[in-house]
Amino acid sequence: MYPHNDFVSPQVFNRMFTMHGTTMIFFFAMPILFGFGNYLVPLMIGARDMAFPRLNAFSFWLSALGGFLLYFSFLGGSGLYGAGSAPDVGWWAYAPLTARAFSPGSSTDYWTIAVLVSGFGSIGTAVNLIATILCMRCPGMTLGRMPLLSWLYLTMSGLALIGITPLSAAQLMLLVDRYLGGHFFDTQAGGSATLWMHFFWIFGHPEVYILVIPAFAFMSEIIPVFSRKPIFGYPVMVAATVCIAFVSMSVWAHHMFTIGMNSYANSFFAITTMAVGVPTGIKIFNWLGTMWGGRIQFKTPMLFAIAFLFQFLIAGLTGIIQAAVPFDWQLSLSYFVVAHFHYVIVGGILFAIFAAFYYWYPKVTGRMLSERLGTLHFWLFVIGFHLTFDPMHFAGLLGMPRRIYTFEPGRGWDAINLIVSIGAFIQAVGILVFVANLILSYWKGARAGNDPWDAWTLEWLTSSPPPAYNFASIPTIASRRPLWDLKHPEDPDSRYE
Amino acid sequence: MSTFAPPIVEPTFDTAGVWSLPSRGKVGMASLIVAESAIFTIFVVAYLYYLGKSLSGPTPREVLEVPIFYTFCLLSSSLTIHYAGKSLERDKKRAFLGLWLLTIVLGGLFMFGTAREWYRLIYEHGLTIATNLFGTTYYSLVGLHAFHVTAGLIMLSIVLAFSLAGRVTPRHFGRIDVLALYWHFVDAVWVVVFTVVYVIGR
Repeated sequence: MYPHNDFVSPQVFNRMFTMHGTTMIFFFAMPILFGFGNYLVPLMIGARDMAFPRLNAFSFWLSALGGFLLYFSFLGGSGLYGAGSAPDVGWWAYAPLTARAFSPGSSTDYWTIAVLVSGFGSIGTAVNLIATILCMRCPGMTLGRMPLLSWLYLTMSGLALIGITPLSAAQLMLLVDRYLGGHFFDTQAGGSATLWMHFFWIFGHPEVYILVIPAFAFMSEIIPVFSRKPIFGYPVMVAATVCIAFVSMSVWAHHMFTIGMNSYANSFFAITTMAVGVPTGIKIFNWLGTMWGGRIQFKTPMLFAIAFLFQFLIAGLTGIIQAAVPFDWQLSLSYFVVAHFHYVIVGGILFAIFAAFYYWYPKVTGRMLSERLGTLHFWLFVIGFHLTFDPMHFAGLLGMPRRIYTFEPGRGWDAINLIVSIGAFIQAVGILVFVANLILSYWKGARAGNDPWDAWTLEWLTSSPPPAYNFASIPTIASRRPLWDLKHPEDPDSRYE
Repeated sequence: MSTFAPPIVEPTFDTAGVWSLPSRGKVGMASLIVAESAIFTIFVVAYLYYLGKSLSGPTPREVLEVPIFYTFCLLSSSLTIHYAGKSLERDKKRAFLGLWLLTIVLGGLFMFGTAREWYRLIYEHGLTIATNLFGTTYYSLVGLHAFHVTAGLIMLSIVLAFSLAGRVTPRHFGRIDVLALYWHFVDAVWVVVFTVVYVIGR
């Protein structure tokens, strides 16, 4: 906010950014995105429940237990009789910071076990989603007729199976090191700190796609409905998604350009990283192609969707810039990186989550969210978002490093940091408006009816909120837009597919 | 790692016009196997990466003995569980029970072999998980596999208990088949672990 601010001490700052990163990725984004999938996928493929309801509950409680363990570290991090503590090794937990010598006490163990346990929860849900999507579709719903959301969740779950597990494996190794005296990441016994970095990012980069593919899924449902056109290029969208998931498995070391890998490795990871941009670009063009010539309705979900398109484009472009290795050497560990990934996670994923809330809230509760408060939330959040994260790019270019709790005056960072802080407050006000909207509309919102948006997928066929069994009788479908066929029997989609 | 998702079976309206989809048990187990494979891959990579990098002894060549007999036991148990399933499908209860019991015995023998080897390594050669990098990676990789064998043996024993109580009928063939899939996976992992630890690693 201003130079020499020491509102938080360095130790507390380390704990804060560790808890912030861990919470946002593992205990906000993952549960909320898996939660949407859990709720929407059975509805959209015409099933009564997930394939394994007990596994579903088990996965949920595992994730909840993980969250509880993480926050318990505030109390028990240094033993129950010690002072309050929290993990302070960063969400990436690089070795040797996590070694017993540098992380005494239990807070690092709480971090490890919390993330490990919630990871098992995520894997359980991924298994469940795959089995649900492949084995529970209603009659007539071939793979080629599934809503895009199901396709994207299928891809994301497949990616989760092989993306989350490497972290679980590495964390088991870390526990062996910390409790059994192992040497996996112990450089003094010949172990390698770099190996942890590889294992972490073999998880860490696919994780970004595990989070963003559901955001793509929301976009692919919301943009067509509010453009009043079917999605443009359905098969290409599916192919691009699978392609993104595949390529994203081989880009991890672009997080590690500065550690001094050989130039072949650097080139390989630079090329694969740039290659991810191609299928992602295809998706953006397809969404634009869907909007092109449509009768666009600027309802709140669509506002967030349009902002998503702009912001995610910029996030992608700054990502491709950093794939150039020399450029990354300059900017790695600077605020430019912070700006880039917050553009992805807030500007992209969080905006998509907001769009999804406004779009599906009527289905979940039977009440509409207020459009007036929604528009206010949208504008506050867009303004706050850009005030916070746009200037960070410049702070990074001016050399401001990441993970510093305060800074010296006279480096040209003062005004930038002030603007960033103001933006953060505006975002917070926007979130308050959103929460107020969620609460007020639950009782006061207009009745939604079954199908408030005149949409085309199966969840809008049943009542709002849907009964526990979703559908009284299992529907049979003949096209990708079953409700269009139902509403327009004279000109059904099934005639053209 | 090229396996991206479990094999996708395109469901079709078969000739009778019935909507048929793949079995969720098999798809679920296949997904779990994909996830488990990734975990084992990371442990195998760590083992290979640290091969010969221990700063002190003992080394694998000095202390490891190739467990041919116990490997033979474990791999045969894949055959016996397969034929146990076939017997159940054809409603041959006694054959099923016998082959199922044999599977458990073979799996148990394998675990006995692991226990003996660990005992020898710890008490004769003084190699523990904390001794050197070889100890850390060896016990973790073999231990992770042994953990999966143990989990499998527990599940097999539960089925044995149910079938002794007469509660396993040909109707349950689908579930037995899913369990067999897991057991085959555990055996297949041993082929990899065996190759890495006892062939490449010695």
